[in-house]
Amino acid sequence: MATAINLLSDEQNRHLSETYRRAVGQKNRQLLLGLVIVALMLILSAVGAEVDGAKFVKNFWRFPHYFYEITPKLAWTSFLPDLAEWFWGLTKWLRQLGETVLIAYLGTVTGAVAAFFLGFLASRNLAVGSVSHFIAKRFLEFCRTVPDIVFALIFVVSFGLGPLPGVLAIAIHTTGALGKLFSEVIENIDMKPVDGLKATGATWRQQVRFAAVPQVLSNFASYSLLRFEINVRGASVMGFVGAGGIGQTLLEYIRKFYYSDVSAVLILMIAAVMIIDYGTEKVRHRLVDVEGSR
Amino acid sequence: MNASLPTKSREMRFPELDTVKGRHPQAFRANVKRRATTIGVGVFLVGLYIFGLSTLGFEPERLADGFKNFVWIVGLMLPPNPGTVNIALVFLKGLVETLSMAFLGTICAAILALPFGFLAARNIVKNSILHLLARRFLDIIRGIDTLIWALIWIGVVGLGPFAGVLAIITSDFGAFGKLFSEAIEAADDKPVEGVVSTGATRLEAIRFGIVPQILPIIVSQLLYFFESNTRSATIIGIVGAGGIGLYLTETIRTLEWKQTSFIIIMVLVTVAIIDILSSKLRTALIGARPV
Repeated sequence: MATAINLLSDEQNRHLSETYRRAVGQKNRQLLLGLVIVALMLILSAVGAEVDGAKFVKNFWRFPHYFYEITPKLAWTSFLPDLAEWFWGLTKWLRQLGETVLIAYLGTVTGAVAAFFLGFLASRNLAVGSVSHFIAKRFLEFCRTVPDIVFALIFVVSFGLGPLPGVLAIAIHTTGALGKLFSEVIENIDMKPVDGLKATGATWRQQVRFAAVPQVLSNFASYSLLRFEINVRGASVMGFVGAGGIGQTLLEYIRKFYYSDVSAVLILMIAAVMIIDYGTEKVRHRLVDVEGSR
Repeated sequence: MNASLPTKSREMRFPELDTVKGRHPQAFRANVKRRATTIGVGVFLVGLYIFGLSTLGFEPERLADGFKNFVWIVGLMLPPNPGTVNIALVFLKGLVETLSMAFLGTICAAILALPFGFLAARNIVKNSILHLLARRFLDIIRGIDTLIWALIWIGVVGLGPFAGVLAIITSDFGAFGKLFSEAIEAADDKPVEGVVSTGATRLEAIRFGIVPQILPIIVSQLLYFFESNTRSATIIGIVGAGGIGLYLTETIRTLEWKQTSFIIIMVLVTVAIIDILSSKLRTALIGARPV
């Protein structure tokens, strides 16, 4: 069976291609304008950030050179003793690394518990009253906008040096970050169970406990684990301001150019972060599976 | 008929309970293993928390003293006051530096990370060793905090905001590379097949088959990272890499609390403005649909 393809007449064709060209042309002009604006802003911010291309080109070799410097000199003939010398402070570093992870853990748990309660107050659908809703929302915003290390700086002055201000700083920042996520999860729940409980005469606490919490718990746990990963990274630099953990040691080694020690501590830190990332990812996948099988 | 009147309310509701129980016993039995796991994990988590409290020096009197000091400091912070107009201008310059660092760092990191993202995507680079190496490389970069990168870059280009820009570029390169490669892997390959079927080269297939799919994700992530980089650029000055963080640390170290609170409020207002602007821009560029 032969089918004929209807070719458009020249006039129709011209009209269509004209329209097409105009549409594409307008889009390209918009794109060009956007790129020009971005380029201008880039130049302005390069001036603002004192970017110095010449210095960069002249000194860039120092960046790879730094990594060359911190690489330990291991010889095959004396590999094990060399390794032992490289990681001479292993017990001390591992203890400090443990402290770092513990700071992150305490901060995450404390922050998550606070965010749990504030999240309900800050959610649109389960808020108790408009005043507490407003206050909870603003409070969470404040906690999340001020970086944790700024809180740590202030807490170091008021609580003294050590891991305690680090934990408090991470806890407050975590409250803000998780509180927002939690309240968003709560806003997305199915409200039918809540209505059902309300119909039986349940109090607000009972509604939250039996209708909302079962729906949100696995999501809360997943977000808390993600936050824990972030907090381990944050806790590793808390020592820069004197708030405990391995950061203080690392800062000292970098500032005093103890090259091989820098690489040893960095390797331990990266390994710890990777292990924790891997573990939390596994747990989160299981949480999602549990959620899916319900 | 009235001989078998149910007595308990449960039987009244559901008279065939026993039959159903016989048919599906597992639904009515407590899952011992799962419950034991839950309790075990709970005990472990609480135990670790208590262990942490005792090791990290959470003594009640220290907490109470510290809290008293903190309240006193907050009292000293009020009202926020920069002192003189000149000092306020210096702070403003620090804020401009911070914003420049964040903007430049985000854009440069994204430009550098895009080709690398393709390299680390499984559906573009079929070689699994290359793919694995690229992924691990990104993981290592992400494992080092921005502040540590800043310390390293200070050794290269000296103190100042330029080192901060380079630090943000480095640490965001890792994050962007991972996000982009995941977005590329999640892209639908039907458009690619379509483009290839017209006789396109591999590069054209990527340009017209994949790039349009990942562009909204990239734009959205760019805006999100700019927001978060503004926050990290405020603290990068703590180690001497420019921006308002330098003044923040200085005012805290010299106990000029009124200036500290002034700086914090400046940062809060700036971040709020950027949040609003970027959410407007996001809607304008990629529509309201969530990415």
